[in-house]
Amino acid sequence: MIHEQIKKKTISISILVLFSLLAVVVLFPLLALLMSSFRPGSDLMRFGISIQSMFAEGKNLDNYMGLLFAEKALYPFWFRNSIVILLLQTTITVFLTSLVGYGLAVYEFRGRQLLTTLVLVLMMVPLQILILPLYKMMISARLMDTIAGVILPFILSPIAIFFFRQFSLGLPLDLMDAARIDGVGEIGIYFRIMSPLLLPAYGAMAILEGLKSWNNYLWPLIVLRSNKSFTIPIGLNTLLTPYGNNYDNLISGAVIATIPIIILFLMFQRYFISGLSSGSVKG
Amino acid sequence: MKSLTKKQNLAPYFFVAPFIISLFIIYLYPFISTVIMSFQEIVPGETEFIGFKNYRRLQDPTFFKAIQNSVIYTVLTISLLIPVPMVFAAMLNSKLSFGSRFFRSVFFVPSLVSVVVAGTIVRLIFAEADTALINTIIAKFNIEPQNWLLGTRVHAMFLLLILALWRWTGINIIYFLSGLQTIPNELYEAADIDGASTVQKFLVITMPLLKPIIVFVTTISILGGLSMFEESYILWEGISPDNNGLTIVGYIYRKGFQHGELGLGSAVGLVLLLIVVFFNVIQLLLRGFFRKGAEV
Repeated sequence: MIHEQIKKKTISISILVLFSLLAVVVLFPLLALLMSSFRPGSDLMRFGISIQSMFAEGKNLDNYMGLLFAEKALYPFWFRNSIVILLLQTTITVFLTSLVGYGLAVYEFRGRQLLTTLVLVLMMVPLQILILPLYKMMISARLMDTIAGVILPFILSPIAIFFFRQFSLGLPLDLMDAARIDGVGEIGIYFRIMSPLLLPAYGAMAILEGLKSWNNYLWPLIVLRSNKSFTIPIGLNTLLTPYGNNYDNLISGAVIATIPIIILFLMFQRYFISGLSSGSVKG
Repeated sequence: MKSLTKKQNLAPYFFVAPFIISLFIIYLYPFISTVIMSFQEIVPGETEFIGFKNYRRLQDPTFFKAIQNSVIYTVLTISLLIPVPMVFAAMLNSKLSFGSRFFRSVFFVPSLVSVVVAGTIVRLIFAEADTALINTIIAKFNIEPQNWLLGTRVHAMFLLLILALWRWTGINIIYFLSGLQTIPNELYEAADIDGASTVQKFLVITMPLLKPIIVFVTTISILGGLSMFEESYILWEGISPDNNGLTIVGYIYRKGFQHGELGLGSAVGLVLLLIVVFFNVIQLLLRGFFRKGAEV
């Protein structure tokens, strides 16, 4: 028995050691990014990220000053655009997909089965195959280089619809009948009675969709054309060129793009994780 | 009373209307239009039907290489990013009395990092200078500094896999953990009484009960793997040596947007769709196969 316990303890400690080492490996690149961001970009150009450059003397905030306050600094525009797109895209997506998911879950109606199947099928279709026709559509709808153009293809995310459907299947339907007897309309039922119960689902999807929007890359790369309308990822990418990379701005810009998300994650960890996992269990 | 039921009959359509509208605008219309475009040659100002010519033009070694890269990447990411996170999740779930929440969060952090930032970090850590981090590490093992980014096909795939592992392990751990938490503890206790070893318990209880999660993760990995573009675009800005980093979506981007060949790009998109369907059908077949096996 004691032997058994010692064995268990040894295993547990070796796993702890393994995970601690892995944690260092996983976090090191971010630490390296942060520490290198206080060094001149020319260092990175010549030496890459190295232990020496991470711990070298002569750290300063020049990169950040240049990025944010230089006369023709574009980063503040990119940051603003990313925020505006994040807020609009997340709000619209969460609102509309919750309506659809809820409708599919709580009502019996003709076409319900078909629509539910379509949602499942679309979850397996990569939107990338449609970027060319969507691009043509954006041109004829005059939505190129606009925020609406960036957001439009993503607002009815099938994954979010499916998530809200699964979540709504667990709503107490007796409440609906009670409300009907009190003369509340169907739309009123959603807004006044069900929406408070959907709050955890809104939270989970807001985080998931927000993350998607903040890091969205391929589609904004196609739609956004002028450097003042770029989002952060698209803007940062313009700093990587075949003629040499502007690491001064790239590194400090990358840090500023990453830190808010990590802070939000540390604050709302529980919701991040429940949002992600609840989608998969029933999937 | 009659009007009430009528209202109730219409209400569901109010709720699902956004989906029906978007189905037509975002999916159906573009899908039909891409099928039509794939039979056309589209030059600004004039459009001409050219039959299957776009598809015949896909007999292009570069395109085959792109398909190969995407498929190899998908297979490798699936074979790494399912077993590794699954075992990690099982360890976090049972073997650690403390710290498991901490490690879960730590492993999750890289998935918050945008692909541009992650790609930039990889470029710098794997820079060709012999002072760069990875080259200094391998020097300790007497391996010469490598020109990772501009090296061979193996180098390219290695970088893409490192990037995928770093960014996705944590997310997949969360998926598997959520599945593990639905497995009742009594099963393990019963197995303990029968004297089962840890490995036996993992193979006989954990793995089969995690099947829904494995299916889910496989599905999203197939989709993500076959449609991968951004990682390779950021590492090589679209021009990798010998197209070692070119993917199918990269080929669509190059042909459709950089060369302006919308017709050819559309044909590639439809081929990608076929490949995705093919992979998913195989997956479904395997699932059915396993289910039959379980019943026997």
